[in-house]
Amino acid sequence: MNRYPLWKYLLILAVLVLGLLYTLPNFFGESPAVQVQPLHSSVKADGALLQRVQSSLQAAGLNPAAVSLDSTSVKARFTDTDSQLKAKDVLQKQLGEDYVVALNLLSSSPQWLTDLHALPMYLGLDLRGGVHFLLQVDMKAALDKSLESTISDLRSTLREQNIPYSGVSRDGKQITVKFRDEAARTAGGAKIKLQFNDLAMFEKDAGGEFQLVGTLKPEAEKRILDSAVQQNLLTLRNRVNELGVAEPVIQQQGADRVVVQLPGVQDTARAKDILGRTATLEVRLVDDEHPVVAGSAAPLGTELFRDRDGNTLAVKKGVILTGERISDAQPGFDNRTNEPAVHINLDNIGARKFKESTRENVNRRMAIILFEKGRGEVITAPVIREEIGGGRVQISGKMSTEEAQDVSLLLRAGALAAPMEIVEERTVGPSLGADNIARGFQSTQIGFAAICIFMVAYYLMFGTVSMLALAANLLLLVALLSTLQATLTLPGMAGIALTLGMAIDANVLINERIREELRNGVTPQAAIHAGYDRAFATILDSNITTMIAGVALFMFGSGPVRGFAVVLCLGILTSMFSAVLVSRSLVNLIYGRRARLSKVAIG
Amino acid sequence: MEFFRIKKDIPFMSYGRYTTSISLVTFILAVFFLATKGLNFGIDFTGGTVLEVHYAQPADTNKVREQLSTIGLHDAQVQNFGSSQDVLIQIPLKQNKLGANLSERVMETLQQHDASAEKRRVEFVGPQVGKELVENGALALLLVSLGIVGYLWLRFEWKFGLAAIIANLHDVVIILGFFAFFQWEFSLSVLAAVLAVLGYSVNESVVVFDRIRENFRSMRKAGVAEIIDNAITRTMSRTIITHACTQMMVTAMLFLGGETLHYFALALTIGILFSIYSSVLVASPLLMMFGVSREDFIKPEKVEAEEVLP
Repeated sequence: MNRYPLWKYLLILAVLVLGLLYTLPNFFGESPAVQVQPLHSSVKADGALLQRVQSSLQAAGLNPAAVSLDSTSVKARFTDTDSQLKAKDVLQKQLGEDYVVALNLLSSSPQWLTDLHALPMYLGLDLRGGVHFLLQVDMKAALDKSLESTISDLRSTLREQNIPYSGVSRDGKQITVKFRDEAARTAGGAKIKLQFNDLAMFEKDAGGEFQLVGTLKPEAEKRILDSAVQQNLLTLRNRVNELGVAEPVIQQQGADRVVVQLPGVQDTARAKDILGRTATLEVRLVDDEHPVVAGSAAPLGTELFRDRDGNTLAVKKGVILTGERISDAQPGFDNRTNEPAVHINLDNIGARKFKESTRENVNRRMAIILFEKGRGEVITAPVIREEIGGGRVQISGKMSTEEAQDVSLLLRAGALAAPMEIVEERTVGPSLGADNIARGFQSTQIGFAAICIFMVAYYLMFGTVSMLALAANLLLLVALLSTLQATLTLPGMAGIALTLGMAIDANVLINERIREELRNGVTPQAAIHAGYDRAFATILDSNITTMIAGVALFMFGSGPVRGFAVVLCLGILTSMFSAVLVSRSLVNLIYGRRARLSKVAIG
Repeated sequence: MEFFRIKKDIPFMSYGRYTTSISLVTFILAVFFLATKGLNFGIDFTGGTVLEVHYAQPADTNKVREQLSTIGLHDAQVQNFGSSQDVLIQIPLKQNKLGANLSERVMETLQQHDASAEKRRVEFVGPQVGKELVENGALALLLVSLGIVGYLWLRFEWKFGLAAIIANLHDVVIILGFFAFFQWEFSLSVLAAVLAVLGYSVNESVVVFDRIRENFRSMRKAGVAEIIDNAITRTMSRTIITHACTQMMVTAMLFLGGETLHYFALALTIGILFSIYSSVLVASPLLMMFGVSREDFIKPEKVEAEEVLP
């Protein structure tokens, strides 16, 4: 009765062999590597790039241990960090600005394992060192910005259509358009309905004025907010690429948050500066008709900004262009004054808009405003001499070379649709990460050894079987974590230790049950059978309750705790398999074949 | 080897009155300390900044404190952490006037005085995030409790679910009571440990309940108290051995896992010890109190059966 059919043994064996295979990469350690990644989607990581990397390295006299190509990048592995650093410099110089060259660590497991997608466990930041940021997107600002540009569009549409209106204003989310007479309102309303699908307007008469009052439709509002977060994600990705980090994680979390993880980054100041800067560029007209009196309020329809000399300018609220229309920005010098400058290329729409508004506003001043941390500053406000076509714009005006570089980086990397604020930061130094791994590993090792010694001493042969089952559990758990590439954190390591400590419960239950049956005078074969059979229901129940806790932790936990929850849940699954099937098959192999079994070694 | 060869069932149920009053007292004490002292929430929940700095030589916390007050951080908490060379600096949220660049400023200042200062870890949590973590933690606790009651109701009976969850929430409150009494730092990982204990110690009750159900079927003549006594005595050995094994792992973490895992392991230790007690001596008397009976499991025999007889 204690025999398994052959296929069952084979299945268990196959699972264990697979487990071993996928655990293997964890034993090979990691070696320093350089990763080359194209910066723009127009440039592909392909065989040609691979060859370029290889020949550049060869020319510099560097011998990489391996150079490989995957879907997004070319990676070169080295045996020591010295040649890794040299290689980075060489490649950076050779490949130019179209590629990101970043330092990385790669698994040194043999190629055939990598081909099987057998990778080492993916370590979290608390184990490998790096920075974790949680950024909050300012949704109100995103909406305000979008409403402002809608109002500006409303004005120009009404003007183009020659519909007389006396004002367009905004109070919070509500937009009010005022007309002089009923006819104008009807015409305006029809036009708005046609062209502004996002607005829900209705007629209202207040104080003898003919008004159209309305707000954004809820679905439009949602779309604007979603796209603001999406644009911020994209922008952050571009900015992080500029930083040159291998394997960054940039993800949306919840409705309005973004997680940024930069493994290996230690210079948090620069990372924060680049990520947190909400520099956006706006081009607007200067209102020179109403002179600004110091200390007084801004003239109607304008906002006050300071320029770099401390003068206050009144700038119209209507935005001609925003940073979104910039396709490229490079630092350089003004060809006339030799001052540091930023050269900007606009995309098609931007170029057209810019051309139109420069044509219409010759001899007026145009302000280029850089918004940072919610505060705008006029970088320069030159007089428009003539229509500017072709989409090439130059900004200059009392900038240092460094500033020009930073501004162009920020503009090139794209503008954030809405400002963001760092609401959580976790930085772990590389030495602490290594310590954490060593400690987690050591405590698991010692705890595991203690359990094994105890089990073997207490349950003899059955204890040995339990020990082997526990080892199988560890093997399968690590294999599963490696295959799924789930992030292993320090609490996750604690989770591995804890699941092992808890998994032994199943074997204790079984062994105790067998002992009890034996004590009741049942034959050994029947006792083994009954022991496994009866204990199973209990094992299932108790594992499911732990699973409930694990799932809840996963749903509500964040960061490291989530890592713990993942390990807990996976550990329950592997322990069910190993404690029941693996240990049973071993017991069957040892005892099942003997027809007349008079005694079993269970202590 | 066998530690527990108990010949006669131990009459646990007749101690019911004592054990219930003992747990009532510990429970009330725990609630008392939670109410008066409160939990010492870590920055995960309160928001704020923590920096761990490593020096090449033993660090003088007083000097570090002085250096910090030069940049306006007067109430920064500075203490040794793990070894004399490691310093932990905690800066509450309202003290932080430097904004997101706080950690850089602090490191700059410390390095001006001692170039060997090395940043090991920085954690900054904003107020909103902290509040959410508290809410999510409470929500997770609620969900786990409901899930467990629901599952046990399905598998056994509502009485079992209720008894188990009361017994185990009692464990949770006692762990929290310990953390309040000793003012140990209550961080996110401690919360994870508490929830894991909840899932884990329910196991304990489940094993006993399983045996009770089995006994109701097999021990047809015994009374309810006898059945429960027998179930507890029979599973006693397993209870102690399992917990001893789990505790071996947790003890290894407690002493070798480093500071980060220390309180995590501590919460688990308290949880494991009390879950032995509560599953045996709290859950089962509660079950008696709810009036568990054989009829909960075995349907009364049907009348038709008699008609078939000649």
